[in-house]
Amino acid sequence: MDRIPILRMGRLLLVTIQIDLYDRLATNLETDLVQMVNKTEAKGVLIDISALSIVDSFMGRILGNIGSMSKIMDAETVVVGMQPAVAITLIELGLELKGVHTALNVEKGMELLKEKIGNYDEDLTEDDEDSTE
Amino acid sequence: MGTDIAKLLQKKQKRILENWMTTQLSNISLREDLMSNDELREQSAEFLDTLLKVLTEKNLGNVESSDFEPVHELLAGISLSRAKQGFTPAETGVYIFSLKEALLTSLQTDIKEDPAFLLDAVIRISRLMDYLCITAFETFIKGREEVILRQTDEIAEISTPVIRVWDGILALPIIGTLDSARTQVVMESLLQEIVASSSTIAILDISGVAAVDSLVAQHLIKTVAATRLMGAECIISGIRPEIAQTVVHLGIDLSNIITKATLASALKQAFTMLKLNVKKVETIKSGI
Repeated sequence: MDRIPILRMGRLLLVTIQIDLYDRLATNLETDLVQMVNKTEAKGVLIDISALSIVDSFMGRILGNIGSMSKIMDAETVVVGMQPAVAITLIELGLELKGVHTALNVEKGMELLKEKIGNYDEDLTEDDEDSTE
Repeated sequence: MGTDIAKLLQKKQKRILENWMTTQLSNISLREDLMSNDELREQSAEFLDTLLKVLTEKNLGNVESSDFEPVHELLAGISLSRAKQGFTPAETGVYIFSLKEALLTSLQTDIKEDPAFLLDAVIRISRLMDYLCITAFETFIKGREEVILRQTDEIAEISTPVIRVWDGILALPIIGTLDSARTQVVMESLLQEIVASSSTIAILDISGVAAVDSLVAQHLIKTVAATRLMGAECIISGIRPEIAQTVVHLGIDLSNIITKATLASALKQAFTMLKLNVKKVETIKSGI
């Protein structure tokens, strides 16, 4: 079965959605992602949806869910690269993705995440030290 | 009495045209600035010719007969061009009604001796002319509506410019009324420009919006939410005192949107958000 890869970058998780999401794929992503957050103790999740051109209310809800789930597991979610048409559709559907941060592109999303979880930078360096020992 | 009304009128075509032209030319609503007398005469002659050609004793009683198709077409064309040229409805009305008058006068002089037949002829001609008049007005209104629609499109097109005021800051002055269709255009062009210029702040200036009601506010909130989804921040500026009053009276909650009174203060806020600082350059007095 198709799965969307979740990449780990230090304390961040990176997901790029390159294909159109169908419902099954989206629910799988949701499950995988929360498990990954739990396993890696990630502090931030970055989802790139720049290649996504079609959304429906289900997909909007999944995105919102991922945000809320990560939030209660102490991880910030940033959705980046949303297409104008997608944004308009989500608004017309009444989904404002309340628990999710948004950024224009991956670069800005990374900056935002770093700002949000900046306090953990020290932990990160400690980790690095641990690993070198 | 076997007199054929259609034949009678066809015979007198020239006189009817003269009568018609005199009535038209003597009318105070004659618009020589829009159409010259020669043009009017040509148009009238063509119309009368077409009408009398298709007119027969048989179809005179049946105004919906398909024989009148060319007449309706011609009349629709005339009416449409008149609407676009800026004739008033009354002026177009005079055009048709004066023809009716000319036709009736002609009948009156020709069938003086038989009042019953005259009455019958008058009623039938009246019915036909009234029916033609309806066509004329329908197309006239249609013509006007086309003009209005075209203008609306033009306004919608020219009135949604997205301006790059600074690197990463867009401004969008909204002028006129904000309805669903406009909002759609505004939202689309704004979001597209945000992507194109990768701006992080958009300023919506509504000082040119005449009135804000709950629907307009709803549209504004939607636009702001869409910009947020894209990952940009939206500031609404140009909140005039009257707008502030109506918004509060209507109970619209704008508290989670950054609002500013003027575009200048919105720009200042945007600079702060981008951690930019505007400073006055100290002029160095150069010694001699």
